[in-house]
Amino acid sequence: MTAKYAAVKPKRVKMRGENVTVFYGNKQALHGVTLDIAANKVTALIGPSGCGKSTFLRCLNRMNDTIEGARVEGVITLDGEDIYAPDIDVVELRARVGMVFQRPNPFPKSIYDNVAYGPRIHGLTKNRAELDEIVEKSLKSAGLFDEVKDRLHDAGTGLSGGQQQRLCIARAIAVSPEVILMDEPCSALDPIATARIEELIDDLRKNYTIAIVTHSMQQAARVSQYTAMFHLGSLVEMGETKIIFTSPKERRTQDYITGRFG
Amino acid sequence: MSALGVAYIIIVFGLAGFFACRARARLLEQRGQKMHSLPLYYGWWAFFVTSAPALLFLLIWTISSDLYLERRAFSHLAAQNAAAQNAASAVAGVAASGAAPAQSAGFGLEKAVLSDLVKNLPALGGNIADYAQASYASVRKKLLTAKNIALVENGRNYMLPLAVEWLETRRILQKTGGAAAIILAAFAFVGSFYYVRPAFRARNKVERVIISTLFLASLLAIATTIGIVLSMLFQTVHFFESVSPRAFFFGTVWDPRFSTAAGEAGATGRFGLVPLLAGTLYIALVAMIVAVPVGLFAAIYMAEYASPGLRSVIKPLLEILAGIPTIVYGFFALMTIGPFLRDISAALAGGQSFIQAQSVLTAGLVMGIMLIPFVSSLSDDIITAVPRALRDGSYGLGATQSETVKKVVLPAALPGIVAALLLAASRAIGETMIVVLAAGVAANISFNPFAPMTTITVKIVNQLTGDLEFDSPQTLVAFALGMTLFVLTLLMNIFALYIVRKYREHYE
Amino acid sequence: MSVGAGIENNMPGGGAQAAALGACSAGDPAGRRRDIGLKRRYRAEKRFRFYGIAAIVFGLFFLVLLLWSIFAHGFGAFWQTTITLPVALEAQVIDPDNRLAAEPQSVSDPHFLAMIDYPLLLRRALAQKLGVAADDRAAMREIGQMISPSARGQMRRFLGANPQAIGTVQTIRFLASANVDAAFKGQINFSLPQDKRKISDRQRQWITLLSKEGLLHKSFNTGLFTRPASANAESSGLAVALIGSFYIILIVLVLALPIGVITAIYLEEYAGKNGFTDMIEVNINNLAAVPSIVFGILGLSVFINFLGLPRSASLVGGLVLSLMTLPTIIIAARVALQAVPVSIRAAALGLGASHTQTVFHHVLPLAAPGILTGTIIGLARALGETAPLLLIGMVAFIANYPHSPLDPATALPVQIYMWAGEAERSFVERSSAAIIVLLAILTLMNVTAVFLRRRFEKRQ
Repeated sequence: MTAKYAAVKPKRVKMRGENVTVFYGNKQALHGVTLDIAANKVTALIGPSGCGKSTFLRCLNRMNDTIEGARVEGVITLDGEDIYAPDIDVVELRARVGMVFQRPNPFPKSIYDNVAYGPRIHGLTKNRAELDEIVEKSLKSAGLFDEVKDRLHDAGTGLSGGQQQRLCIARAIAVSPEVILMDEPCSALDPIATARIEELIDDLRKNYTIAIVTHSMQQAARVSQYTAMFHLGSLVEMGETKIIFTSPKERRTQDYITGRFG
Repeated sequence: MSALGVAYIIIVFGLAGFFACRARARLLEQRGQKMHSLPLYYGWWAFFVTSAPALLFLLIWTISSDLYLERRAFSHLAAQNAAAQNAASAVAGVAASGAAPAQSAGFGLEKAVLSDLVKNLPALGGNIADYAQASYASVRKKLLTAKNIALVENGRNYMLPLAVEWLETRRILQKTGGAAAIILAAFAFVGSFYYVRPAFRARNKVERVIISTLFLASLLAIATTIGIVLSMLFQTVHFFESVSPRAFFFGTVWDPRFSTAAGEAGATGRFGLVPLLAGTLYIALVAMIVAVPVGLFAAIYMAEYASPGLRSVIKPLLEILAGIPTIVYGFFALMTIGPFLRDISAALAGGQSFIQAQSVLTAGLVMGIMLIPFVSSLSDDIITAVPRALRDGSYGLGATQSETVKKVVLPAALPGIVAALLLAASRAIGETMIVVLAAGVAANISFNPFAPMTTITVKIVNQLTGDLEFDSPQTLVAFALGMTLFVLTLLMNIFALYIVRKYREHYE
Repeated sequence: MSVGAGIENNMPGGGAQAAALGACSAGDPAGRRRDIGLKRRYRAEKRFRFYGIAAIVFGLFFLVLLLWSIFAHGFGAFWQTTITLPVALEAQVIDPDNRLAAEPQSVSDPHFLAMIDYPLLLRRALAQKLGVAADDRAAMREIGQMISPSARGQMRRFLGANPQAIGTVQTIRFLASANVDAAFKGQINFSLPQDKRKISDRQRQWITLLSKEGLLHKSFNTGLFTRPASANAESSGLAVALIGSFYIILIVLVLALPIGVITAIYLEEYAGKNGFTDMIEVNINNLAAVPSIVFGILGLSVFINFLGLPRSASLVGGLVLSLMTLPTIIIAARVALQAVPVSIRAAALGLGASHTQTVFHHVLPLAAPGILTGTIIGLARALGETAPLLLIGMVAFIANYPHSPLDPATALPVQIYMWAGEAERSFVERSSAAIIVLLAILTLMNVTAVFLRRRFEKRQ
């Protein structure tokens, strides 16, 4: 299987999944997926609902650990180390591989406290001034600072949907992760908010490795450099986004991209 | 014939109406008429029309005639009583003003004696009018020997004609009312045939009756609340006629035994609420100190850490604690915890025990144990209601489980938990049996948790068990205490329920 | 360390730093490893988890302690020591004035029967068995202390029923006194000096002697369930309390269940969303949290003072507890009604059934198991409730069985309260036993509730 996609392997690999298989109880959700995430690139995972793309994404920072009865087989590496190895600490892993979820889920705290949450629990700052700086930089990186700078201590839940999602991105950035996973971050947002997030993703690519699950082909085409196509729990095809969208090798990819199923 | 007998006859009429109208509706249907409703509904409507008005009339008649008879007899009794008192005081030469309170106290007793006489006189049978001229003593003896019914000794002879008149008038009134009710039912029975016609919407009518009944039943909840308030309000007002509200609410001495009837100088300051309230709140505080951390941590462990298997064992086990009656906790405190604390303190201090068997600590500790499942199951519900997305958000940033609980889940669940704790505190304040058995009866104000203190509920029980005198402040104070307790817990409950409601809206 | 710096250095080359994972590789410009305080945080995590376990262990420990202390105290009361003896019903003791010769019918005269010195008969019988001389007054007194005072009433009833037995020797089985009972069950510490315990050395020898001959023995204590209240622990039973509690529960069932269900149906199916409905709802929720003792005050004021119902009657107890249980049943019934799927309603309405028909033919039967479970839980709570019953006078010494809910009675938890207040140790045993009985009934009710729910769930 690996050999088949050898040609499109990105040069600098940040994360790699080898033969990843996931069970939820007795149900197999992922069938031996092998996939690379390129460093400082945006990798889009696409495919119809229930194809396993979100499941794969959640394996990358072991969020599946929190689900009762989930079992992950195969090897996933971050900079070459197996993240499922017994001596790996999941808390530390998640500090390196952050995640943004499908629905914006700000904590019922102030905007400031939302962003400061990660630095605080990880003890990343020594004093208040440093923390202020991190919060400001994170909010700026997420393109939210100008909108909220006068009400940093208002509730985060009071923002609009798009702002909330950018707040969640700022919250993830504040921890200084190496990789940011995004699970359909725009599915609950309107087109304008979506456009802003997409711009933001493009900016973030300079400093972070990003993997994004998306339902929208257009979004994948717009924001990603690599695209992986999933179907029925297996990887169908993986390659540079340009190539995947113009001349896919697989029939199923072609059909999906042209909207024949999905 | 008794009112109950009349009611039976009315119901028989109703049933007759049911069967007759149903049969008639069927007949009409067989003749090819298109009836609006099934025959059954015509039957039910007839039953309702026939029996309901007559039963209602009977009920009102019975109650109002009883009230009328009682009032009339008591006013006659008062006249007789006054006459007798005047005669007595004239003989003894006592000033009328000095005798006034004694008379009013004696009069309450006389009313009870007369009521008792009226209740038991019919047991003798025969013509009741014969006893109008008999002496009280002879009637009492007759009842005792023939029927083994003991009346009080100190009845007056002038009560007998009053009792006889009461009974005779009641017989006449009952007869009249009963006859009127039966005639009413009979007319309605005949009239109900009028409704059996195709255009009459019997089903709709019957359903409206059903809905009205449902509505009336739902009013019982409100009636209960009103009943609670009224049952305490009048007596409380009555109490405040003899003891000033200031002396009650701000008094620091509770000693009802030595203050006698109203108006005496020593009465003020002896019904002080403060020591009782202090004891109540102190014991509740100790209980909360035990129950809150234990209940909360148990809930957190069950909601966040325990495997489903473990949870399905521990949760029901802890809930056993909630199903155990409070009297059992009281007994446990009295027999096991109290003596244990006393003995262990004696061992620690080398002989002299510094914790008494009945103490704030004993009662509070046991009450706290009682409240553990209450706190834990309420908190468990609230914690599990916190959306998964929030937890995921925290884990996704690399928070450990306890950090997620402490910094995301608990703050999100805080309003609900505060409400749960308020409800638990209100329970602790209103709890009776544990404190009756384990807290003691001495009304102290002290900060020593090892000494006994008493509570509002203990004093309500003390003042309302045994002999009751509804015109002395010793008894009446219990109603003022009850009112205080009710208002206190009501405020806490309303506030808690308000928070819960708000909180629920927040997440739905 | 700043965010910007972190980002710039966020590109570690290759994948060869497995060892560095312990402290994340995304360091600051100085190359310092990022310390996210893992050790400290995992210690906090462990501590937190330990608190949780400790809390649960604390709760369960007291549950076990409570049950254990009740069982340890009360288990003994289910066995009762009795003495079986041939008793000579001597005519000169029973009838010292020789009245029977003149008027034989006086045997059925209660006054005559009440005057007989029954304890003397029993003392003599026991003394004979133990070989004690009848004129040894000190020994005779100690012998008398071994016999329960309740034997007197038992003998009176026996003679009243069998007057022909006068002058014969009858084998009679009667209760031993509470102290003998305690000694025989091994509850008395004989290492104490004689004057500090309730059984003397001589009495102890007698007990051993009698039990060797099989005259003193323990058997299951049926009297605990069949006897009314008594001043003596060994002859007091729960009968009045059980009957009283039965009446109370019956009344609660008959009143609170239908009214509760009706109210729930109204609120859930008919009531519009308006201020009035809201008020009823708030009211019901509040009533569920009103202290139970307040309901006792309500009962005293309304049912006894205003409506003139008798004090101490189980009817009043039933009425008060019905009002108290009502909110529980209403809330349970509403939850059960809410759980009925909307599709069922739609199906019935779609067939042209009226709203009322839909509710009574389709929704209510489906909600029945939930309502039933809630009702049983409400009844269980009513069965264990004590405080309101104290205020309506059910705390009283009642020696006659109540024949109707209007007769004076006590209730099981009130009986526990009264016995708990007695000074003697043997009453402690009784009240613990009463608690065991109460808990057994409550367990049975709850098991029934669980069983019913499972059965109904399976069927649907």
